[in-house]
Amino acid sequence: MHPIVKLVTQRLALGLLLLFAASVLIFLGTQILPGDVAQAILGQSATPEALANMRAEMGLDRPAITRYFEWLFNALQGDLGTALSNGRDITESIASRLTNTLFLASVAAVVSVPLAIFLGLFAVRFRDRWPDRLISAITLTSISLPEFLLGYIMMYVFAVKLSWFPSVSTINDSMSFLEKLNAVALPALVLTLVVLAHMMRMTRAAILNVMQSAYIETAELKGLRRFNVIARHAMPNSIAPIVNVVMLNLAYLVVGVVVIEVVFVYPGMGQYLVDHVSKRDVPVVQACGLIFATIYIGLNLVADVVSILSNPRLRHPK
Amino acid sequence: MKGIPLAALLGLIITILFFLMAIFAPLIAPYGMSETVGDVWEPSSSQFWLGTDNIGRDLLTRMIYGGRTTIFVASLATILSFTLGAVLGFTAAVYGGLVDQVMSRTNDLVMSIPTLIFALVVLSVMPVTLPVLILVMGLLDSTRVFRLSRAVAVDINVMDFVEAARLRGEGQRWVIFREILPNALSPLVAELGLRFIFAILFISTLSFLGLGIQPPGADWGGIVKENREGIVYGISAALYPAVAIVTLAISVNLVADWALNRTTSLKGGRGG
Amino acid sequence: MAEALLEINNLRIEATVYAPGEKPRNAVIVDDVSLRLEPGKVMGLIGESGAGKSTIGLAALAYGRGGIRLSGGKIMLNGREIRRASSTELRGLRGREVTYVAQSAAAAFNPAKRLMEQVIEATLKHNLMPKTEAEARAVELFRTLSLPEPESFGQRYPHQVSGGQLQRAMTAMALCPKPDLVIFDEPTTALDVTTQIDVLAAIKTAIATSGVAALYITHDLAVVAQVSDEIMVLRGGQLVEHGTVQQIIEEPREDYTRALVSVHKIDHREKLPEGEPILRAEGITARYGAMNEDVLSDVSVDLYAGQTLALVGESGSGKSTMARVITGLLPPREGTLVFDGNPLPGALKDRSREELRQLQMIYQMADVAMNPRQTIATIIGRPLEFYFNMRGRERDARVQELLDAIELGEGYADRYPAELSGGQKQRVCIARALAAKPKLIICDEVTSALDPLVADGILKLLLNLQKREGVAYLFITHDIATVRAIADSIAVMYQGRVQRYGTKTEVLTPPFDDYTDLLLSSVPEMELGWLERVLEHRRMESAGN
Repeated sequence: MHPIVKLVTQRLALGLLLLFAASVLIFLGTQILPGDVAQAILGQSATPEALANMRAEMGLDRPAITRYFEWLFNALQGDLGTALSNGRDITESIASRLTNTLFLASVAAVVSVPLAIFLGLFAVRFRDRWPDRLISAITLTSISLPEFLLGYIMMYVFAVKLSWFPSVSTINDSMSFLEKLNAVALPALVLTLVVLAHMMRMTRAAILNVMQSAYIETAELKGLRRFNVIARHAMPNSIAPIVNVVMLNLAYLVVGVVVIEVVFVYPGMGQYLVDHVSKRDVPVVQACGLIFATIYIGLNLVADVVSILSNPRLRHPK
Repeated sequence: MKGIPLAALLGLIITILFFLMAIFAPLIAPYGMSETVGDVWEPSSSQFWLGTDNIGRDLLTRMIYGGRTTIFVASLATILSFTLGAVLGFTAAVYGGLVDQVMSRTNDLVMSIPTLIFALVVLSVMPVTLPVLILVMGLLDSTRVFRLSRAVAVDINVMDFVEAARLRGEGQRWVIFREILPNALSPLVAELGLRFIFAILFISTLSFLGLGIQPPGADWGGIVKENREGIVYGISAALYPAVAIVTLAISVNLVADWALNRTTSLKGGRGG
Repeated sequence: MAEALLEINNLRIEATVYAPGEKPRNAVIVDDVSLRLEPGKVMGLIGESGAGKSTIGLAALAYGRGGIRLSGGKIMLNGREIRRASSTELRGLRGREVTYVAQSAAAAFNPAKRLMEQVIEATLKHNLMPKTEAEARAVELFRTLSLPEPESFGQRYPHQVSGGQLQRAMTAMALCPKPDLVIFDEPTTALDVTTQIDVLAAIKTAIATSGVAALYITHDLAVVAQVSDEIMVLRGGQLVEHGTVQQIIEEPREDYTRALVSVHKIDHREKLPEGEPILRAEGITARYGAMNEDVLSDVSVDLYAGQTLALVGESGSGKSTMARVITGLLPPREGTLVFDGNPLPGALKDRSREELRQLQMIYQMADVAMNPRQTIATIIGRPLEFYFNMRGRERDARVQELLDAIELGEGYADRYPAELSGGQKQRVCIARALAAKPKLIICDEVTSALDPLVADGILKLLLNLQKREGVAYLFITHDIATVRAIADSIAVMYQGRVQRYGTKTEVLTPPFDDYTDLLLSSVPEMELGWLERVLEHRRMESAGN
C-alpha cells in the first residue's frame, strides 16, 4: 500500500475513534454530575417517589452504559430521541434548523475565506507598512470583543441607524434565495468579521513562514518576478498551512454561529441548543452537542488529510 | 520596570485601574446595585452619567458592579485553569513516555469538542452558580494551558543544559523549577493574559445566553441581555459593556505582547 | 590586463541591528572592500564568521539579506554599475549573468518541485534556450558532476537524493543558464569529509569545463586553495590580504593570515597506555527505542587516566551514541562499562552521585548547553554546591579560581551566557565540567561550531588542563586535524563499529584499511594540487584492483 494511503486511512480511523470518544464524553457530561434529568425536570422540592417514578418512566434506572449504547445506535440510525420539554421528535426539529445554520455558516464562509486569504497576502506584500499595521490593529480589536457584542453593534449601526438590513433574521422555506440572502446578510457579516481577523492573521503568518525559506531566496536570485516567486514557489508550500488555517476557523465559525443566532433570533441549531439548555432538555442538548462536535472534528480531520496529501515527502517516498 | 514601552505601560495602568474598580466597587458606585432610581432607559444626564437601564437602575452603577463580578469570575477561572494546566503540562513534558501519552491524548479528546458547546452540555444539568461556573470555565480552559505549557516545556526539556543538569544527578524538582520554569515564564505570562481575556469573553457570552450570572446580580454580559430590546429603539445602553470589554482586553493584550517579546529578545541575544 | 568581469570598488555595506534591550543601531558589515575578477577566474573569499564574506558574495548579485544595505562604493558587472540598478535590471542579471550556490542545498531547493524543473527554471525564465535544449544541458551537467543516472536524476524530488548529490544539483542549477559568474557560498561546509572531496572535485571540473568565473566563499583555507586562482582574506568586514593562492599559503604577509595557515598545527606528543584504564568499554551494543537496528555493535575501547581517546567518524558512525551510552543516557543492550576498576551501571538513574561527579560532559553547542537565565557564577557554582556542598565565599572563591583556569579572569561571574562570545561560552562549559573535579570528561564535538582560531585556543586550553589536573578526555569529533592535535589513542568509527583502534601513531600510520584510507586521504591539506594528487592516486588504486 502506498504510504500516503496508509497515513490517510490511519488518520480517518483516528477521527472516527475521536468522534466515538467525544460522544462518550458528551453523554458522560450529562450523567456523572449531581442531579439527573428527572431531578432537573421536577426541581429540588420533588418527593423521592415522584423522582423514582419519573426515572423508571424515562429508563434512567437502567445502567448508564446500556443507555449510552442505545442512544448511540439510535443516533447512528438518525433517531435522536424525543425532546423532554415538548415531546417532539428531535431529528425532525433539527433537520430544518441544521439546514438554516449551514446556510448561514456557508454564506459567511464563502465571503470570509477568499477575503481573508487575499488580505493575508496583502498584509504580507505590505509587511510592516501601514496596511499591515491597520490589519493588525483591527485584528486586535476584533479578538477583544465577544461575538454577541459585535452582533449588537452591527445591528445598532446597520439595522437601526441606517436601516439597511432587518434587525431580526427570520427565514422560512417560502422565501426565495435572494430574500434568504438578505435576511442573513447581517448575521453573516458579523460572523465574517469574527473569523476574518483570525484567519487573516494566521494566513499572514503561514505565508511569511514560507517566504522566509531559503528556496524563496533561491527563486529571487534566479531573477524571477515577485509574482512568480509567490505563485510558483511560495504557493505550493503554503497550501497545507492555509487549508489548516481555513479549517480551524471554519470550526471556530460553527461555534460562533450559536451565539449569533441568539442575537438575531435566527431559527437555527444554535438557538435551538441554547433554548433547550435553559429548559434542561438533556436529549436535545446531547443531540445538538453531538452534531456540533461532529462538524468540528470533521473539519479538523479535513485539515489533517489535506496536509498529509500536500506533503511532497509523503507523496513521493524515497 | 526599566525599558517598559509606552504601550505596555499604558496597558498596565488601565488594567490596574479596572482591578481597583472591581475591588472598590461599593465605594465608587453612585447608587446601590439593584436600586431602581429612575425611569426606564433614561438618557445620560448629570444625575445618571450613562443613563438608566431597562427597569430604571443606574447604568454606571450596574457597569461598575458588573465589572466586579465579571473580573472576579474570570480571575478565579484563569487562576484555576492556569495552575491546573501548567502543572499538568509540565509534568507531562518532564516525565514523558506513557504518562505524557495518556495525559496528552485525554487533553486532545476534551479539546475536540468546542469549549462553548461542552460548557452548554454540562450547564444543562448542573445548577448555574458561581462556583460551578468558575469550575466549568477553569477546567475547560485548562486544556489550552496544558497544551501550551507542555509544548514550551518539551522544547526546553530537550535542550543540552537540561541534559547537563540530569547528568549532574539533579532531581526532578531542580529540573522543573530551576532549569525549565525560568525559561518558560515569559510565554506563560503572555498566555496568562490571553486566557484572562478569553475568560472575560466566555463568562460574558454565557451570561448573555442566560447561563452565566443570574439576575439580579450584574455582569457585563448580563447587562447586554437585559438591555438588548432597547437596541431596536436606538437605545445604546446594551453597547456600553463593549467599550469596557474592549478597553480591558486590549490593555491586557498590550501587557501580554510585551511579556512575550521579552522572551524572544532574550533568546536572540548572542554576544561577540 | 584583461577586461574585468566583476569590479568592486570601496564597497560599504551596512545593516540595522536589533540587539536585545537596546535601540536599533546601525552596524557596518563590510567596509571599504575592493576586488577585481577577470572572466574565467576563480577568486576565493576566506574569513571567519562575521568577516562579511557571504555578504560580499551576495553583493555581486546586488542582493542584501534582511535589512542589509549596500550603502556605498561601486559594483561593476560586465561594465555596468549594478548597486543602484532598477529591480527590472536586477531581475535581468540575476539567474542569467550571475548565479548562486548556497551552503545548504537541502533548504535552497523547493521541496514541492522536481529537481529538473528547478534546475532549468532560470534558463527558461530568461528565454535563453528552448525547454528541450535546457533539459539536455541539465542532463549533461548532471553527468559532468558525476551524479547517478543523469538521464533520470532530474525527475526526483529534493528529499529523494542525498546531501552531497543535492549540493551538486545546485551547482548544475547555477551553471545551466551559462552565466558569466557563479557565487559559491560555503558549498561543501555542511558535508562529511569523504563526500566533500567528491563534491569539490565535481565543482572544480564543472568550473573548468564551462569556463565560468567564480567567487568561492569558505572559512576553510585548505579547501579554497584547491579551487581558486587568487585568495582574499577578510576579517571583520575588511580586507586583510589579497594574493595568489601560492603566495597566501606559502608566504603569507599578514599575521592574521599566518595564523589561519598554521591553524591546527598544535604539537602534541602522544602518551602511551600505562596502568589500569580509567574507562573500559567492552562489547557495547546499543539502539534507540523503537528502532530495530543497532546503532552501535560490539564496541570495545579503553581510556587511560590523564590521556585522550578520540572517537572519530562521520555522521551516522555512532560516535555520539557512544557518548550517550557512557553518560548513561542510553543504557546499552549488551556489553559492560568499567570505570576506575568498578563496574559502571548502564542507566543514569542507577549511578551514584560520586560516579556522576567523576564523569562530566562538554557539548558541541555551548549556546544551548548553559541555562540562559543563570549567571556564569551559578552555572559554574552549582556543581560545587551539588557535589561538594560548598557555599558562600568559599564557593565564590573557587568559581573565580576556575574562571582564571579557563583564562577568563575577573568580571565574568555576574554575566549571563548571552553576553559572551562563542569561544568564551565554551570555556565556561569547560569550567563547569572541571568544577566537579572529574576523572573523565566527554567532549562531544566541542570545537566544531567554532572558528578555527578560536577552536585552536580551546584545544590548547584542554591540553593544559589535562597536564595540570590529570583528567582524561573522551574526544568525539569528525575532524582529523583536531584528532592529530589532541589524541593519545584513536578509535575510527564506521557504521556503528570500531574500524581501527590503537595509539595515535598506530592508527595514522599505513597500511590502512579501506575506510580509514578514504577518510584520512579526504581531509583537505593546505597545499597546491592536493586535490589532483588524491584523485589521481585513487584512480591508480582502482585501476590496480
